[in-house]
Amino acid sequence: MNHGVILPILLPLFAGSLLLILSRLSMTGKRWISMCSTLALLPLSVWLLLQADTGVLHVYALGNWQAPFGIVLVLDRLAALMLVVTAVLATFAALYAIRGDDERGPNFHALLQFQLLGINGAFLTGDLFNLFVFFEILLIASYSLLVYGGGPKRVKAGMHYVVLNLVASSLFLIGVGTLYGLLGTLNMADLAVKIAAADVERQPLIAAAGYLLLIVFGLKGAILPLYFWLPSAYASATAPVAALFAIMTKVGLYAVIRVFTLMFGSEAGGLAHLVDELLWPLAMLTLAVGAAGALAMRSLERVIGYLVIVSVGTLLAGVAIATPESLAAALFYLVHSTWVCGGLFLLADVVARQRGELRGRLREGPRLLQPLLLGSLFFMAAISVAGLPPFSGFLGKLMLLRSAQTGEQMLVLWPVVLIAGLVMVIALGRAGSTLFWRSAPESAADAESDWVRILVVIGLLAFSPLLVVAAQPVQEYMQATAQQLLNLQPYLQIVRGGEA
Amino acid sequence: MEALFAITLGVLTSSGVYLLMRARIYPVVMGLTLISYAVNLFLFGMGRLGTGVPAVIGKSSEYGDPLPQALVLTAIVIGFAMTAFVVVLSLRALGELSTDHVDGEEPR
Repeated sequence: MNHGVILPILLPLFAGSLLLILSRLSMTGKRWISMCSTLALLPLSVWLLLQADTGVLHVYALGNWQAPFGIVLVLDRLAALMLVVTAVLATFAALYAIRGDDERGPNFHALLQFQLLGINGAFLTGDLFNLFVFFEILLIASYSLLVYGGGPKRVKAGMHYVVLNLVASSLFLIGVGTLYGLLGTLNMADLAVKIAAADVERQPLIAAAGYLLLIVFGLKGAILPLYFWLPSAYASATAPVAALFAIMTKVGLYAVIRVFTLMFGSEAGGLAHLVDELLWPLAMLTLAVGAAGALAMRSLERVIGYLVIVSVGTLLAGVAIATPESLAAALFYLVHSTWVCGGLFLLADVVARQRGELRGRLREGPRLLQPLLLGSLFFMAAISVAGLPPFSGFLGKLMLLRSAQTGEQMLVLWPVVLIAGLVMVIALGRAGSTLFWRSAPESAADAESDWVRILVVIGLLAFSPLLVVAAQPVQEYMQATAQQLLNLQPYLQIVRGGEA
Repeated sequence: MEALFAITLGVLTSSGVYLLMRARIYPVVMGLTLISYAVNLFLFGMGRLGTGVPAVIGKSSEYGDPLPQALVLTAIVIGFAMTAFVVVLSLRALGELSTDHVDGEEPR
């Protein structure tokens, strides 16, 4: 057993607990502990990625209780990829936060670590109930982080977010309970085996549990009818928190991929590909509504919030087509959109700090202190997120468009994705020209300029061209990940004895 | 017993959903609590209902399933923590927004 697999969970757990015990420590001390833990996650997750890239499933049985009797952690290529994406995003969010945003309350860093604990755990676990527990950990940390700093706007958005997620948690438990009652197991690989062998008369109930899980993950992932909480929540959160939340919708999508390729995937007999038909229209509608919303919004943060929804729709389209090519494209797009949207949230905050009272509202305002630099950064990020060459969004979209198989899929996917891209360009163009060109001759009296913050933004956004430069190895990894996800035999071996 | 159990769950859930729709913080918290009671009972029932069934293998031909009990325990703890959080948040909301409507403003 490779004990490294559990480290991405233990490290933030211990760092977070330490920060709670030492809550009287000076802010400098807390920052040191938090940064050490967050930075250590980077090499750790890259190391796990290299381990996973051998193609072997690393199964870690907690307490050495073998699956399906004990809880297992499973490290495959997808889980390792998500860990790396999280670690990179968290590093930049934390670096941004230590420039002052963490001083608005005493326990920012502890919450950040618990948030990372929940996210990493959700990616690694191979047990459905354990997934619920990690979801709750990341949620309760995110509730506190969302309202972090206080103020009526945050509390209002936080209230919706908390109540919705509590209802979703109840649905999650009902789904999990139904599956356990019918199949007598909670290990995802074991569930896959049992679902494949389920009686015909039990299949409708199992399908109902599957749909319940889809609703839960749909709420987390902000899929169409369940996304209304997202723009106001993300727009009102503190900038580093909003940037970190760019991974949160992806946790929901990760759960969709995990549960519906493994448990209701090709091996599930009568229940195979349970939701693929459903995901396709949802993906297209989410994309369309996200783009329209981005155009309608009157503040930069909300525009970016809707861009997150567009990215969810795009990703979901790749998942719905469910071929190795489309999944690989979706995963590439996932990495790109997480980092770029995170970067955009940070950039929006840098801009908002120089606009006095107006903050991110898209109206003619004071001159920015570095209009050229911030403008170019925004331009680059906008091009990337809208999917124009030469940045990473373009590659992701191109791969996705090429993965459409049938004429029918092309007929729907191409216009929706391309028109959504155009609408995003218009929305971002309007936002950018208002922010950077239509400005008064003087800058605001209370304008803040912090070079470290700007450097952090540049660092995170630089991953977009980097993804293009390293496109070939990244793409090969994504292809291998998609192949591994769709070839279920090694996963099913987990419960048939020993490490596959 | 199954019918009684099912009716109880149904009543708890529907009352919970009704209270949730009232969109005032106190009824919403009560609604969430009722729903989580229903969910906990539901999880508990997934181990099959029965009386006089020991939770130890070998004592009798039938034995109770201990896992749902463990799951319920976890769910109760998490549900309790979440309810506590909502209560604190709603107090904060009452202070910041001076209304107990979940939208933060009185409906017109």
